[in-house]
Amino acid sequence: MSGLVALTGREIKKWYKNPFVLFISLIQPIIWMGLFGKAMDLSALAGGSAAGLAAFKNTFGVSDYFSFMAVGMLAFVVLFATMFSGMSIVWDRRLGFLNKVLSTPASRGSIIMSKVFIAVIRALVQAGIVLIAAVVLGLRFGANFTPLTLLATFAALFLMSIGLSALFVAIAIRSTKWETQMAIMNLLNLPLLFASNALFPTALMPTWLQDVAKFNPVTYGVDAAREFILLDTINWTNVTNDFLFLGTFAIVFAAIGIVLSWRYLSK
Amino acid sequence: MDNNVIDVSDLTKQFGELTAVNHVSFQVREGEIFGFLGPNGAGKTTMISMLTTVLRPNGGAAKVNGHDVAHEALEVRRSIGLVPQEYTADEDLTGMENLLLIASLYEVPRAEARSRAGELLDLVQLKDAADRTVDTYSGGMRRRLELACGLINRPKVLFLDEPTLGLDVQTRAAVWEYIRLLKEKYHMTLFLTTHYLEEADNLCDRIAIIDHGKIVALDTPRALKDSLGGDIIEIHVDRPAEDGLAASLGALPNVKHVLPVDGGYRLTVANGEETAPLVLDAIRAHNLKATRISIAKPTLDEVYLARTGRTLRDQEGSSDEAFRQRIVTRRARA
Ligand SMILES: Nc1ncnc2c1ncn2[C@@H]1O[C@H](COP(=O)(O)OP(=O)(O)OP(=O)(O)O)[C@@H](O)[C@H]1O
Ligand SMILES: [Mg+2]
Repeated sequence: MSGLVALTGREIKKWYKNPFVLFISLIQPIIWMGLFGKAMDLSALAGGSAAGLAAFKNTFGVSDYFSFMAVGMLAFVVLFATMFSGMSIVWDRRLGFLNKVLSTPASRGSIIMSKVFIAVIRALVQAGIVLIAAVVLGLRFGANFTPLTLLATFAALFLMSIGLSALFVAIAIRSTKWETQMAIMNLLNLPLLFASNALFPTALMPTWLQDVAKFNPVTYGVDAAREFILLDTINWTNVTNDFLFLGTFAIVFAAIGIVLSWRYLSK
Repeated sequence: MDNNVIDVSDLTKQFGELTAVNHVSFQVREGEIFGFLGPNGAGKTTMISMLTTVLRPNGGAAKVNGHDVAHEALEVRRSIGLVPQEYTADEDLTGMENLLLIASLYEVPRAEARSRAGELLDLVQLKDAADRTVDTYSGGMRRRLELACGLINRPKVLFLDEPTLGLDVQTRAAVWEYIRLLKEKYHMTLFLTTHYLEEADNLCDRIAIIDHGKIVALDTPRALKDSLGGDIIEIHVDRPAEDGLAASLGALPNVKHVLPVDGGYRLTVANGEETAPLVLDAIRAHNLKATRISIAKPTLDEVYLARTGRTLRDQEGSSDEAFRQRIVTRRARA
């Protein structure tokens, strides 16, 4: 236990000692919001007619595309922040730090979980900053928005980031090449983002893609966040589903990560 | 109860097709400095990794402090320290923060960890640099910090993987001093790997010479060198020697071989310093006077050559060596 605290403490120190990295990782989602969200205002396609806008609101749930995609960007930052958990374990291996830790009594699981926790902390802090930026850029809250639903949003993002970072750590657990890890990240990030409701409603996607999106945790995280932040009436059945899926996802992958660490962290 | 701190029998490690450690057996006694001497790729790091529970052996068994490395890994980990070949300290943290981090991995209580870290930083003379981030340290400072990190849990056995790789002569001598101090003052058992002959010779009580994953010789540096037939004494006398002299020299204890040379004799002896006076006495007994005497010591390099058919010196300073040092420094700087 003291090992887990110490290793997570190390990661937090490394993080705040390099504020530049935080700054860089925030620029990308904010640029996406500013350019993509504002430029491609899909609600403009409705042509300004009342019927068109109603149809837009019917599929997107909100009447402006910017708010819709800005909440999607919360999932985007979570996705990117958690991907680096895998990179960081590869670095620890390459620099010999991992071997050093493996020779101490620190439990193998705590090595994995410290990577998961720092990814979660970074993901949530970055999501918070991006949400503030979105509000500044014109995000419109739903009628039901309260501090409590904000908290619930972050609870959903928390579960999503636990599962995702455990997944990426598990992929990287034996890797010695950060290039491989980088390639895997590039391979996964856009499909995970586009095969979800983050930027576009799944209802308008071809059915095969809808089926993929159904297994994509990003879909559930974004859905919960939209319900809590944007919608005027919260659909509690949807929200319960979202939390069930995300909770299971988090528990299963954290467990897989820990079991793999016992077996595969050392060769 | 024997007093073997490390007991290795038939230990083997394969990486795919390659056998990095090949059915190796040896024992390390309590309180000794035991050296693993071998060229690059001989399997030294692999051996240390298995003994420190970082790698799993494919075959055989090893006990450290009486605990099996495979089945009682946690007990082994609690009782050992490791100073790895690479610089592993976290560059974004200070020297002090690194020590405290490693201390908490051993569950050393916070206050205790602080006082130990202070003492150790004092020992390795890094007190002034304690609150600087490690990326500002020189290679020698980093190596000393690694040493301190390996000692924070007060281990019974300390494993050092090439502790002086890439250090200049003075820093190397300083590291040797720390290592001797650990043995003498704290009665620690030390297991170190090296491919520097001087290091093995000066520092180690016993050496295993390892080549292609196998131990080809194991003894004290002295006995290894003696095994070559011993020292060479060359002695010159003032006038042509009588017939009986060669026979009386050959009859002296320790003398293995007598070869007449121009103006004197060349003797192969087991212990040069102790035998030389006896040789002088024998010459005097024949009413001759010695005009010149020299004792030459075989070096470990000759031992290495005799056992492996190659010389280690060739590899020192080679491009391979330079490359490896660059890697260590680049990793350190990256
Ligand atoms: N993780 C690994 N996977 C595959 N092969 C490995 C691995 N680790 C070591 N080897 C191989 O095993 C052999 C022994 O390596 P080891 O690192 O133990 O040598 P060494 O004696 O420490 O050498 P050096 O002096 O260069 O540090 C080498 O041929 C090396 O390439
Ligand atoms: Mg090595």
